[in-house]
Amino acid sequence: MRYRNEYRWSEITPKSAFLNRRQIIAATAALIASPALAAGGTYSTDEAPNSLEDITSYNNYYEFGYGKSDPAAYAGGLKTDPWSIVIDGLVDKPGTYDLADVLKGQTIEERIYRFRCVEAWSMVIPWNGFELSALLNRVGVQPAAKYVAFETLLRPEEMPGQKLAGIEWPYREGLRMDEAMNPLTLLATGIYGEPMPNQNGAPIRLVVPWKYGFKSIKSIVRISLTETMPQTTWNMLQPNEYGFYANVNPEVDHPRWSQASERPIGGGLFAGRKETIKFNGYGEQVASLYAGQDLAKDY
Amino acid sequence: MDRANQLLRRLPSWVVYLAGAIPFALLVYAALTNTLGPDPVKGLERPLGEWGLRFLIASLAVTPLMRAGLRLLKFRRALGLLGFFYVLLHFTVWISVDMAFLWSQILGDLVKRPYIIVGFAGFVLLVPLALTSSNFAIRRMGALAWRRLHWLAYPAILAGAVHFVMIGKVWTADSLLYLGLVAVLLAARLIPVRKRRLQTA
Ligand code: HEM
Repeated sequence: MRYRNEYRWSEITPKSAFLNRRQIIAATAALIASPALAAGGTYSTDEAPNSLEDITSYNNYYEFGYGKSDPAAYAGGLKTDPWSIVIDGLVDKPGTYDLADVLKGQTIEERIYRFRCVEAWSMVIPWNGFELSALLNRVGVQPAAKYVAFETLLRPEEMPGQKLAGIEWPYREGLRMDEAMNPLTLLATGIYGEPMPNQNGAPIRLVVPWKYGFKSIKSIVRISLTETMPQTTWNMLQPNEYGFYANVNPEVDHPRWSQASERPIGGGLFAGRKETIKFNGYGEQVASLYAGQDLAKDY
Repeated sequence: MDRANQLLRRLPSWVVYLAGAIPFALLVYAALTNTLGPDPVKGLERPLGEWGLRFLIASLAVTPLMRAGLRLLKFRRALGLLGFFYVLLHFTVWISVDMAFLWSQILGDLVKRPYIIVGFAGFVLLVPLALTSSNFAIRRMGALAWRRLHWLAYPAILAGAVHFVMIGKVWTADSLLYLGLVAVLLAARLIPVRKRRLQTA
């Protein structure tokens, strides 16, 4: 990898400890005790993060298969070096940016965010990354730009899921400009101070913690600023099930399951369910973005 | 084929029950040793549903295989009951560790979610079949009424397979394979009937 985080979890706590969920609390305490590590603290939750093992072995990344263990099993062959991102559309400085260039001048900080999947399970993940707005400001957002469109890498030789029919690749996602500029919206390059694992979207992915997980597009190769609402993969596939906004909202059910509650992963067989909070608990930071909008219609 | 049938005749059906309990034993073992994976709830719920469907499909294969010459009839009850046993556990896991006994959400899902409705319909149809799976019930009901009742197995198993297909966010190969198997086994029942008619005509 081309960057180094300012600090690594492995420097403050042995790796074996953060692999063990029970010891996470101790690690978090160490983090709080050290002032140098408090960056991003205002946006981080104080809930105990999931173990690195849970985060890296249970997730959806259909480019590697439909099963939750497929990404961990099949993402190993993905080459993420060299990596570049095309930034185009309504920007002042369009171009193909090498990853090192994208990261230049950005401070990688830790953000411990709740993560809520549309399938009604959830985790807490300590991401490392920087605010998307910092990158957008660097390339210059033109006044006409209203949306940001993202694309994932298209490379079927290394992404076996892209050989399966059913989804029109590459994976596409998008945000409205105010959502993209919100300080919660992160471009993440690591987890637990380690470079982003392939199965979690290496080398760089989006994290939008108040939206369902599928909005947080992985392995980004293109960022386009547009005037019109971009097409997004799940919405193209099932428009009545997945909307453009996809804000976490217990009041608006997915047609096939309720969104009122979620199953926290990592607590074992008897972890039970907890109530889902609107905007995944980030209402204070983002509810105002949707003032006047009917979120049952704009789901 | 005769050799196979001779062996089958000597095989007591409790062997099938015992073998059929092995996946259950392995799941219990995995649950106790915490090796059901990062999401133990789905790690339990899914294999139970899948084993239920497998045994039900196996029970559905008995008659077509009999027409091909293989005598498996004496194992059919064991296969059907094993299928029901796994589906019952599947349903129990859903209510308990998955839905965490949140009754309002459970009842809501049972009437609102198409894939749950279809799965539940399959389960409900299987209940009277399981309850009448004894020689006593056959005698009590009379063979004809018993057979009529047990035709419910067809829509029940079909519902189970359709339920599986409906779960995927996209079409998945394994669920379509199961549904295809059920369709073939159900269709197989139509063929000999037509043949017989041709013979008598
Ligand atoms: C004949 C009855 C049934 C059969 C044969 C059956 C079979 C299956 C199968 C094969 C799966 C998929 C397993 C996999 O992904 O590997 C499944 C999943 C599931 N079934 Fe059933 N099922 C039945 C009834 C029910 C009932 C009554 C309920 C609840 C009311 C239910 C709820 C579920 C749920 C929640 C899932 C998991 C969905 C997920 O992946 O999250 N099923 N079932």
